[in-house]
Amino acid sequence: MEAALAPRRTTVPAAAETSVLTLTVAGQLCGVPVLGVRDILGSQAITPIPLAPAEVAGGLNLRGRIVTAVDLRRRLGLPAREAGGPLPMSVVVEGGGELYALLADSVGDVLALPEAGLASNPPTLDPLWREVCAGVHQDVPDSSGAAGARLLIMLDVERILDIG
Amino acid sequence: MDDLIADFLTETSEGLAGLDAALLRLERHPDDPRTIGEIFRLIHTIKGTCGFLGLGRLERVAHAGENVLGRYRDGSLTVTSGGVSLILRVVDRVREIMAGLEASGSEPSGDDSAIIAELDAVFAGEIPAEDAARAAEAVPQAVVPAAKPAGRTKSGGKAAEPLGAEAAAAPAEKSGRDRRAKPAPAATPEPAATVETPAAPVQAAAPPAEPIQATEGVGVAQTLRVNVDVLESLMTLVSELVLTRNQLLQLSRARNDSALTGPLQRLSHITSELQEGVMKTRMQPIGNAWKGLPRLVRDLSRELGKKIELEMRGADTELDRQVLEMIRDPLTHMVRNSGDHGLEGPAERREAGKPEAGRIMLDAYHEGGHIIIEVGDDGRGLPVEKIRAKAIAQGLATEQELAGMGERDIQRFIFRAGFSTAAAVTSVSGRGVGMDVVKTNVEKIGGTIDLRSREGKGTTFLIKIPLTLAIVSALIVEAGGERFAIPQIGVVELVRAGDGVMHIKDAPVLRLRDRLLPLVSLSRLLRLDERPVAEGEAERGGFVVVTQIGQNLFGIIVDRVFDTEEIVVKPVAPILRHVTMFSGNTILGDGSVIMILDPNGIARATGVGAEGVQEERRSTAVTTATSAERLSLLLFRAGDGGPRAVPLGLVARLEDLPAERIEMSHGKPVVQYRGALMPLVPIADGWTMPPSGGRQAVLVFDDSGRAMGLAVDEILDVVEESLKIESGQDRPGYLGTAVISGRATEVVDCAWWLRQAGADWFGPQRPASARRARVLVVEDSAFFRNMLVPALGAAGFEVTAAASGTQALKLREAGESFDAIVSDIEMPELDGLGMARAIRDGGSWHETPLIALTSHTDDASVRRSREAGFMDHVPKFDRDALLGALRSCLATTTAPGGH
Repeated sequence: MEAALAPRRTTVPAAAETSVLTLTVAGQLCGVPVLGVRDILGSQAITPIPLAPAEVAGGLNLRGRIVTAVDLRRRLGLPAREAGGPLPMSVVVEGGGELYALLADSVGDVLALPEAGLASNPPTLDPLWREVCAGVHQDVPDSSGAAGARLLIMLDVERILDIG
Repeated sequence: MDDLIADFLTETSEGLAGLDAALLRLERHPDDPRTIGEIFRLIHTIKGTCGFLGLGRLERVAHAGENVLGRYRDGSLTVTSGGVSLILRVVDRVREIMAGLEASGSEPSGDDSAIIAELDAVFAGEIPAEDAARAAEAVPQAVVPAAKPAGRTKSGGKAAEPLGAEAAAAPAEKSGRDRRAKPAPAATPEPAATVETPAAPVQAAAPPAEPIQATEGVGVAQTLRVNVDVLESLMTLVSELVLTRNQLLQLSRARNDSALTGPLQRLSHITSELQEGVMKTRMQPIGNAWKGLPRLVRDLSRELGKKIELEMRGADTELDRQVLEMIRDPLTHMVRNSGDHGLEGPAERREAGKPEAGRIMLDAYHEGGHIIIEVGDDGRGLPVEKIRAKAIAQGLATEQELAGMGERDIQRFIFRAGFSTAAAVTSVSGRGVGMDVVKTNVEKIGGTIDLRSREGKGTTFLIKIPLTLAIVSALIVEAGGERFAIPQIGVVELVRAGDGVMHIKDAPVLRLRDRLLPLVSLSRLLRLDERPVAEGEAERGGFVVVTQIGQNLFGIIVDRVFDTEEIVVKPVAPILRHVTMFSGNTILGDGSVIMILDPNGIARATGVGAEGVQEERRSTAVTTATSAERLSLLLFRAGDGGPRAVPLGLVARLEDLPAERIEMSHGKPVVQYRGALMPLVPIADGWTMPPSGGRQAVLVFDDSGRAMGLAVDEILDVVEESLKIESGQDRPGYLGTAVISGRATEVVDCAWWLRQAGADWFGPQRPASARRARVLVVEDSAFFRNMLVPALGAAGFEVTAAASGTQALKLREAGESFDAIVSDIEMPELDGLGMARAIRDGGSWHETPLIALTSHTDDASVRRSREAGFMDHVPKFDRDALLGALRSCLATTTAPGGH
């Protein structure tokens, strides 16, 4: 898994670059630092947990470990996934010694992004988002490699997991 | 070496390891009350324990240290760096003395007056000038003998090598060697401690900059000390193995591949043994934690001039080692408290009309998935008025608040930090440490503590701690389309909801054997069922899981019940901790994640477990007595419908007979079996001879050489379960239906089937004995009664049955007489012991032999029942043992008496 997550475009990120795993949540491009990612899973059987916070999608079995799944759509206050659509993927991250799975609509590439391109959250950003975003990357190349095409929201994993 | 001292050394060194870090933390944050509290408690514990072990030197040092810490704790003295150094030196001195103790088995002699004087000075308010202190201590700069700072002393080579490689200790060891036989380096802020007996090898005082490491070596038992993490991971592996085994077994059952079955059986066997073994490494009888108490109580009674008797019950109740370790100190504290505060002096007791000797009672037992430990005394009780006054004085509550509180709530103030009712601070206890420490420790392991106290009568503390076992057996249920696990240990029985469910306004209740059982709908509780409830519909189709929490019974309504599975309890993620309805989660054999319900949480959430609702004594809770009886049940199939069950203990043999051996006689099937004709009774209607070449499965019941065979279709399994038979079924041949392995199973009434065969086949052959001995069977459970009566009857006794002790005594009043009485111990109303006493006290039966029938055959129970008047003690279900006991006691009584 680790090997697969190595940045594709540049083998070793330069000092001023961060490796970011991109993921899409309701059409929004987001990123998490790749070093914090422990695993990426396809769609999984998730057991709902009654009475849990709404953001918690349930528990899933990761090779014998129970991982709590957090639905990023719900966490970010986005509309729920349509029924019958493609199933979410899980990005497994660690928080406070426990593993959590972040449910995203799709998982993209690992990009090496220049730290210089990271802007702080615009003050007009939704307060909920401001709380869980660690900034916005501007010059994000799209799949064809053309720079500056997209904006990427960096997610603060610790804040994302600060639920309840 | 004395076990007690070895224990003390092991524990204290563990505590001290944490203490160094705490002290250093204290130096950085001198005003952190929690750290001060932690240090204070440890020193307090050391002091207390030393007092009873007769370690005077250690006690004096710890006492002086505690005094200073006490002032730090209540804020009347500011923590200074010099003060911390001084305490560190106390810790070092304690270590030193302990090292000597470990080496020689007794305290090394030495002079601690300097450090004590210094401590007393600080206690009195003098400022501990570090430099001055250094100068003052410089006087006894003696030689530090060669010591291994890794904490181990070479004591006759009997110290065991610790398991863990002490990589971390290596640098310390190195510097220690360099320093060997030199005075402590000047760079060390504290001077090295001194010892005046060079004979005793003593470790060098570890400078605070490189703390700890001094722990591993202490403890000289011939056992390995294994890191709990190692056990923990072993346990996890075994748990996974068990789950895999279960899956394999399921597969092989479906395949019916005989080549696979053999090795799989062996694997299964080995896995079970492995599981048991690993479990055993974690389980210890609570008696281990009590070992030191008799001596402690003896010393206590001498020290306080009180007469104290210690009574311990349930010492063989086993609990997880970790839990045991955590509960040991609190228990010691509590016993000491009982002796010191609880019990009055002899004079006072005489005045109050009590026996001079006070009693301290310890009792441990399992209850609803928990272990309850009671520590009680028959002393003066908790003075409500004094506590009230003190609570006001300490600002813990206002007078108004107190006015609204019940007596018990006020008494509970003693669990508050810093609260003590002892009038004087004695060296035994009473600094306000005590009950709050106990409470903290108990809560740390997820337990609760409560008290029952009546002024003038005594105080009993109830500690309830969970049985944190890694593997538990759980019932898998479904509600609102989701599956959940309910730990089996809290489940008393399963009842089909049916029409028994009624509503009082909106609250569902179930009438269960004259009791009104409050019901909780799981899907509604977990908000799984949002659709408008069609009243009663869900309840009617589902099952009720009858659950016991403490003294309270309630039912959880579920939609379906699957089976029981062994599950590995894993804690829930921290973000879910506030959901109190679950005690954990687990992965089932099929790989799916499932939540484990916490019956306590459910009870709390629904108010079922509200205190004081149903505070009955445990002996009156009828259900507990029978629910504990787990027995092996043989499951088989016969005719249509679900599986049937018969207690395995009643079945003599299982036979698979070729069709050719079955003959017909008088239109009924018989086989020639062991040189006699055995009648075959088909259990299902419409039985036909198996086709030629086919085979017939037969359960053979054998009574004193006469046999009867029950023809069944297929033998399914043998399971061990607690049997709860749903009453109200009148089908002949069946006692009723029970849920076994998650399936409704009809339980066979053996007596009835025996009669089916007996009427035709046994009657004429019965040996005509001159006079059959009359036996009275006293047993509350109809099921056991139904089993015992035919079994004894078949053995040639004339049997009368009574359902309770009271009923039995009524027979006595009615003038009945018996040659022997066989009685259960645990029964409602009048239990077996009470009945035995009543019988022995006089009346026409006072010489009738009494045989106890019980599942508890440990020494203490046997002794108790002997004291009550039972002659013999037979485990339930051991028919041969019972017959043997009956015959031998009839022989002894009839011989001289000439009945």
